[in-house]
Amino acid sequence: MTTTDALGRAYGYADLPRLMGLMTGDEKHGPAATSTLDVLWVLYDRVLRVDPGRPDAPERDRFLLSKGHGPMAYYAVLAAKGFLPVDWLPGFGSYDSPLGHHPDRTLIPGVEISSGSLGHGLPIAVGTALGLRAQGLHRPRVWVLIGDAELDEGSNHEAIAFAGPAGLERLHTVVVDNASAVHARPGGIAARFEAAGWSAVTVDGRDHEKLYAAFTAAHPGRPHVVVARVEPKDA
Amino acid sequence: MDTMRDRLAPVVTRLLQEDPRVAVVLAEIGKDGFAEALRRYPDRVINVGIREQLLVGAAAGMALTGLRPVVHTFASFLVERPFEQVKLDFGHQGAGAVLVSAAASYDWPAGGYTHMAPGDVALLDTLDGWTVHVPGHPDEAETLLRHAVAAGDDTVYVRLSVQSNAQARQVDGERFLTVREGRGGVVVAVGPLLDAVLEATEGLDATVLYATTVRPFDGEALRRATRTGGTDVVLVEPYLAGTSTAAASDALAHVPHRVLGLGVGRAELRRYGTVEQHTAAHGLDAASLRQRISGFFQQGAAGA
Repeated sequence: MTTTDALGRAYGYADLPRLMGLMTGDEKHGPAATSTLDVLWVLYDRVLRVDPGRPDAPERDRFLLSKGHGPMAYYAVLAAKGFLPVDWLPGFGSYDSPLGHHPDRTLIPGVEISSGSLGHGLPIAVGTALGLRAQGLHRPRVWVLIGDAELDEGSNHEAIAFAGPAGLERLHTVVVDNASAVHARPGGIAARFEAAGWSAVTVDGRDHEKLYAAFTAAHPGRPHVVVARVEPKDA
Repeated sequence: MDTMRDRLAPVVTRLLQEDPRVAVVLAEIGKDGFAEALRRYPDRVINVGIREQLLVGAAAGMALTGLRPVVHTFASFLVERPFEQVKLDFGHQGAGAVLVSAAASYDWPAGGYTHMAPGDVALLDTLDGWTVHVPGHPDEAETLLRHAVAAGDDTVYVRLSVQSNAQARQVDGERFLTVREGRGGVVVAVGPLLDAVLEATEGLDATVLYATTVRPFDGEALRRATRTGGTDVVLVEPYLAGTSTAAASDALAHVPHRVLGLGVGRAELRRYGTVEQHTAAHGLDAASLRQRISGFFQQGAAGA
């Protein structure tokens, strides 16, 4: 599927390497730079109810990129979807650019949180889900993307252990698993969430249909985690 | 007399009723006071369990949806333990909240150093934009809590303590009050240390200012006081000694001046006991204060 930006240009999934290339100077990207790319594309293309024309609409879904390292794929998707102008991309990381190597929500339309320090997104997402519920905003869904190594941070475990028993049904986590955690057990990620009462699905993080099915699976009364497996970082 | 903390839940429960933006986030500590509020406003009064990183992160998330969270636990677990969350999840995100602490510097001496947070205000001083209220009486705590919640989306810290002055003053959430006027020096008494300062300076020719909102620091009030009181300034603070020395010096940068910062010492006492014993050990009882303040003023007079 393609989208059209304010100038009438349309961007699809196939354009993302070129958009990332505007930041990196090369259209070829290794697995680390693109680990989140398919997850982000499927979310923004088919799942999230967000509108670049109204990035602050109260009824919007919230997507929080907690793993703020390597945000080129994120910026490319935001540009493809019209949240930020494509001509911002070449300035990536420069003094006058709003696009840093970690995103700043106060500088970029549609960016819900500033991230970079690991382990902040999931607790903030819990609060976002609580805040929306407290205001009777039951339609918006909250999504947070974290990395498998990011799960090392204990703050995530405070949030996971709370959100399950609290029944935060509008909360969704996607863990992009590129096997970068230094101490990990196979299957440990989904098991950790399931033990706290979450609904959990593990899928191929490159398969758009499987990602879509996992993102849209029903999970009444429980928060939902999708573990998206991609190529190991050090492979 | 009841304590400042006894006022917290009743005041905030009224604010929950008055303002649909107000929310409360707790981490077990203090939940008993909020039992009724938890029942009446289950969506806006949240107890996350013993999870202080989540306490702050979740409050920030609530603020990002438009709520005005009031976050409460002991100072050591509110400011020190999750300090990076305080730094990033509020300031860096551009989100606001009201952090209300209890236990202060040594409210529970028998509990030992794990429950003491003399460095809380100094830590917040490393960040931009925080308002810091240090009430000296339960009535002032009520007033300042209301100011804090009403302050838009500002980041505000309210430091509650079991230590208290005998009577409340008309605090406005902004300015220092002039309690006594003299010509031989200026003493700024912060929050619950006012009574001890007044006793200590009885008969001295000194101006006494009373500060319950210490950030932003009311430099204008200090400058005004030094015009008649002279530029020898003593700060008496119920947290780490010297926390406001730089702020006072900045306020007086245009004139030669001397500043003495009194407060809680850095060294860990490794003692239990009572609040009074710790106050004396840190030299903050009236007799010690009198000696230190008058000595500083005499030294200044002799030097001049």
